[in-house]
Amino acid sequence: MMAKTKINQGIKKVGSKLSDSMTKTIHFLEDKNRTTYIFLAPYVLLFFTFIVVPVFLAFILSFTYFNGIQFPTFNGFNNYLYILTEDDVFMKTILPNTLLFSFIVGPGGYILSFLLAWMLSQVTPKMRTVLALIIYSPSMTAGIAIAVVWKIMFSGDEQGIINSWLLRLSLLNEPLQFLQNPDYLMPIMILVSLWGSMGVGFLAILAGLLNVNKELYEAAYIDGMRNRLQEIFYITIPAIKKQMMFSAVMSIVGTFSAGAIGVALSGSNPTPQNAGQMIINHIEDYGILRSEMGVAAALSVILLLIILAFSTFFSRILKEDD
Amino acid sequence: MIGVNFNPQHYHKSQNKLYAFLFPFAIFMALPIVYIFSTAFKPIDELFAFPPRFLVQQPTINNFRDLFVFIGYGLPVMKFIINSLIVTLFVVFASVLFSSMAGYILSKKNFKGKKFLFEVNKLALMFVPIAVTIPRFLVITEIGIVNTMAAHVLPMIAIPVGLFLVKQFIDQIPNELIEAAKVDGAGDFYIYIKIIVPLTMPALATVAILSFQATWNNTETSTLFVSDELKQTFAFYMSTLTNASNSVAAAGIGAAATLIMFLPNLIIFIIMQSRVMSTMTHSGLK
Repeated sequence: MMAKTKINQGIKKVGSKLSDSMTKTIHFLEDKNRTTYIFLAPYVLLFFTFIVVPVFLAFILSFTYFNGIQFPTFNGFNNYLYILTEDDVFMKTILPNTLLFSFIVGPGGYILSFLLAWMLSQVTPKMRTVLALIIYSPSMTAGIAIAVVWKIMFSGDEQGIINSWLLRLSLLNEPLQFLQNPDYLMPIMILVSLWGSMGVGFLAILAGLLNVNKELYEAAYIDGMRNRLQEIFYITIPAIKKQMMFSAVMSIVGTFSAGAIGVALSGSNPTPQNAGQMIINHIEDYGILRSEMGVAAALSVILLLIILAFSTFFSRILKEDD
Repeated sequence: MIGVNFNPQHYHKSQNKLYAFLFPFAIFMALPIVYIFSTAFKPIDELFAFPPRFLVQQPTINNFRDLFVFIGYGLPVMKFIINSLIVTLFVVFASVLFSSMAGYILSKKNFKGKKFLFEVNKLALMFVPIAVTIPRFLVITEIGIVNTMAAHVLPMIAIPVGLFLVKQFIDQIPNELIEAAKVDGAGDFYIYIKIIVPLTMPALATVAILSFQATWNNTETSTLFVSDELKQTFAFYMSTLTNASNSVAAAGIGAAATLIMFLPNLIIFIIMQSRVMSTMTHSGLK
């Protein structure tokens, strides 16, 4: 306390001699605000260093030639032009793959999350907890574990469980190398990602549904609402709109992060005949395997813009009902 | 009345048609995980059996023993598990601490750039870390932490979703409570420790789970930032183990490793699930 009053007296003494703006600056750093910055500093520092700066760096590097050794040199839009016109796999396979995968897994996982949460919100708490845990648990295997789980399920020899089921049902004559087969890799990636897509967003919707005011429903039925479909669209979804938005962002991010699974499943980058190749894998291919960091950075920027576009588009849809 | 049966406390036969869908669906969802459990405990002859059985007949812990004596890079697996534990512990602790500190300020204080910071953080909810691994690598090289344990820890601490959830949760704490404490002479540190942290426990548990999952399952930091084998993590070791071979014998060891990856996630979630749910109530995004 003593020291504090001394400091305050000191500040006042100096302050009176200085101009008004200086006094303001000193007050700005005075104890109340100082703790504000002490509390914020660790998060903000790490947030900027490892999230904001890399995004900016990707943006800047995307306009340069950079091989990772020499200092990057400016080369304008060449990387973007190269990706769009000369990189024969990007437009032909990688962009279509990424969009196909995201259009199915994104909305698919999202709708599934909503429907499951909606059903779960109408059963008793004990059963709900157990079922929600089972449905949520695949998302905990995100990353390497999910690939291992399904590698074992889809194992290419006759001891593989799915191969053996299909053989027994006579749907196959001989075991298939599912994960090395370009025709099957993408459908399997979609299945696996949908399986793991009931994550945080699913929990958010479920929590939202459980907290909708019941009187809303009662009032709507008195006002002449007829069926459950009307109930979902006129009462339920508007009531949990914010959770729906949060969940949408989570499922967009989850979808684009899950894209890397093709490489993990097939065990090679590029995947067989590029069948499961996504922008994410293409970035790694350029940046790490070919040391074309400028091109890789341009791909990163394209990917971030696609994600931003998806999220903006979605928030427009949800806001339209306002 | 047709609807109005949300969050029922008792069983009613109208719930049967929901169960008719939910039970088969949950079984389908659980199948792969049950199969991994079963495979992890299969002895070698059951792994090679044709047709393969779904459930293990004579469970054994041989796969786990093989996993632990399996010498990857001449190092015992335990080393990687300990590395993962250390890294995860640091990240979880730091992300909970830092996001709650920042969340308190962001929710209850006025300062220059508050709105900006919140908006940038909201934008960063969409952030996909693997999209910018290369610039991240450059940053990590620049600050000189390549090949150190810090390269596993520091990039993982700031979790935009975590800060967002904590901030939303702290918004629910009435300002009067904090004002009253201030009148009694409490400073920010006191308010943070005695009011914010205890009342924000559910959100902090959620951040802990999110950062645990992100870090414990993470392979990228080892792939890109840490080539020193002594400092790599279990998740990374597991990815090399299963990439190396696709054979049946590897399936047993792979399944055992998957269980070691999966079980801590599951247990922590079960312990904290009610807290997570109460946090998610406030997850709304405008």
